[in-house]
Amino acid sequence: MSNLKIFTKGFFKENPILVLLLGTCPTLATTSSAINGLGMGIATTFVLTSSNVAISLLAKFIPDKVRIPSYIVVIASFVTIVDLIMQAYVPDLYETLGIFIPLIVVNCIVLARAEAFASKNRLLPSLLDGAGMGLGFTMALGILGSIREILGNGSIFNYKLIKGDAILVFILAPGAFIALGYLIALINKIRKA
Amino acid sequence: MEYLLIIISAILVNNIVLAQFLGVCPFLGVSNKISTSVGMTGAVTFVMVLASIVTYLIYTYLLIPLGIGFMQTITYILVIASLVQLVEIILKKVSQALYQALGIFLPLITTNCAVLGVTLLVIKKHFNLLEGVVYSFATALGFGLALILLAGIREQLDMAEVPKGMKGAPISLLVAGILALAFMGFSGIVK
Amino acid sequence: MAKTESTLRNMVLSLTLIALVAATALGFVYEVTKKPIEISKLNKKLIAIKAVVPPFDNNPDNEMFRLAGDNGDSLEIYPAKSGGTIVGYAVRTYTVNGFSGYIGIMAGFSPDGTIINTNVLEHKETPGLGTKMTEDVFKTQFNGKDPSSFAMKVKKDGGQVDAITAATITSRAFCEAVDRAYKTLKKGGLI
Repeated sequence: MSNLKIFTKGFFKENPILVLLLGTCPTLATTSSAINGLGMGIATTFVLTSSNVAISLLAKFIPDKVRIPSYIVVIASFVTIVDLIMQAYVPDLYETLGIFIPLIVVNCIVLARAEAFASKNRLLPSLLDGAGMGLGFTMALGILGSIREILGNGSIFNYKLIKGDAILVFILAPGAFIALGYLIALINKIRKA
Repeated sequence: MEYLLIIISAILVNNIVLAQFLGVCPFLGVSNKISTSVGMTGAVTFVMVLASIVTYLIYTYLLIPLGIGFMQTITYILVIASLVQLVEIILKKVSQALYQALGIFLPLITTNCAVLGVTLLVIKKHFNLLEGVVYSFATALGFGLALILLAGIREQLDMAEVPKGMKGAPISLLVAGILALAFMGFSGIVK
Repeated sequence: MAKTESTLRNMVLSLTLIALVAATALGFVYEVTKKPIEISKLNKKLIAIKAVVPPFDNNPDNEMFRLAGDNGDSLEIYPAKSGGTIVGYAVRTYTVNGFSGYIGIMAGFSPDGTIINTNVLEHKETPGLGTKMTEDVFKTQFNGKDPSSFAMKVKKDGGQVDAITAATITSRAFCEAVDRAYKTLKKGGLI
C-alpha cells in the first residue's frame, strides 16, 4: 500500500466512525455542536498519531505477552498530556468535553490502530495511519456536530442561522443516536451504490 | 433516601448509555440476543463495582497524598485492565459455559468506556466510598437495563423487514434514539 | 534485531521501563502546565467576578473570605473595592435543586443590597430549556432588584420572577441560589 493510501484510507474507505463503527461513545457525546465535535476530534488525532509513532518505535522491544498493557500505558500517557494541555490553554472546551478527554484512553480506535497497524509497521506509515485515521474521525465528528447544531440549535459554529428555537431534540441525547443512525445509513447507501 | 436517589438517578434519569453515552460500543455490539446481554451485564456489574472500590481507594489514599492526581487516568486504566484479567481467570475456573458465552466480550470490558467513565465520575461527583459503590452498582444495572431492552427489540427486529441501507447499525441506533427519548421522560423526577 | 522474548525478566524490565519513562514525561508536562492551569482558573474566576460587580481596582480573589449560610454551609465572598471603598460583593452561590442537580452561580450585590448582575458558572441543565437561565432575557430581570422588596420566587409560587417557559424547576433553583447569596450577606451584616 502506498503511503498516500495509508493516509487517506481513514477518510472514507475505513472511516473509523462511519464505516468501522469504532468510538461511538465520544461521537455521540461530544457532537452537540460543530466546535465541540472538532475539538474532540483534534484531541483524539493527537493521541492517535503520537501513540502510533511511539508504538511503532517501541514494538520491537516489548515482549509479546505484555504488549497490550504496555500500549495502554503509552496511550494513557499521551491522553494525560492532552488532558493537561487542554486544561491549561483551552479551559472552556476542556470543561464542555468533560470526562470524554480522559476517556480517549478507552476509545477503541486508538488501541485498535496500535495493535493492528503501528506494532507491525515502521515509523512513517504508522504516523500517516494515525494522522489519517484521526482526521477521518475528526471529519465525521465535525459533520455530525454540524448536522446536530443546525437542526437542534439553528446555528453553525455558534453563528445563528434562524431566529428562535430549532428542533431541540437533536442536541439532546436521542437526537445523537438518531442523527448518527441516519448518517451511517446514508454512508452505507453511498458505499454500496 | 439519599442512596435511593442515587440509584433511581443512575438507572433511569441519567442512564449511562442512553443519557451519558458511555458504553455504547458493547451496547450496539452485544445486544443481538437477550441471553448474551444478561451475561454481559453480569460481567460489567462485577468489574464496575470492584473497579470503583479499588480506584477510589487508590485515588484517595495514594494519588492525592502524593500530590499526583494527574496520574488518575493512567492508574485507573491499569487497575481496570488487571481486574478484567482477574475476572476472566475466575470465570474460566468457575463457569465454563458463561466463559464461552462471554469469552470474546470480557477483554472488551477494558475498553468499555462505561467502566472507566464510572470510576472517574465517582471522584468527580465527590461521592464517598459507600455512595460510590451504590452508584457504580446502580449504573451497571442501568447499563444492563438499556442493553436488555435493546436486545429484546432487536430480536423482534430480525423478523421485520428493514430497508437495506438501514440494516445493522443504523436501525439499532434509531431504536436506541427512541429508547433515549423514552428515558428522557424520567428526567426531573430526581433533582 | 530479533523481537524481545517473553521471558519474565524481559517482561518486568520492559514494563518497568515504559512506566518509568511515562511517569517522568507526565511529571514534566504537569510541571510545565501547572502554572497556566492555575492562571486560567484564576482568570475564569476574575472574569466571572468582573461581570457581576462594578469596576474595581483590588484583587477580590486575594481578599476572598467565607460567610456561614443558613444550613451549615459557607459561601465564598469576593469584595470588590475601588479606591479602598467597597463597591460590591461577588458571592459564589449554588443550588442543588436544578433540573439536573447542582448549579453554581456568581451573584453580584451592591453594598445597599440590590442585585447588580448574575453569572452562571456551572450547570448541567437541559440544553435549549434550562440553559436559558444563562441568557439575558431571564437573568436581567433580577438586576437592580432588592430582594427585601422583590419576592425571589417564580410567579407560580407567588413571587415576582418570570420563569423560563418549560423550565420552571431551573428558574426556581436559580432564585433559590441568588436568594441564598442575599441571605448569607444579610446574615453576615454586610448589606
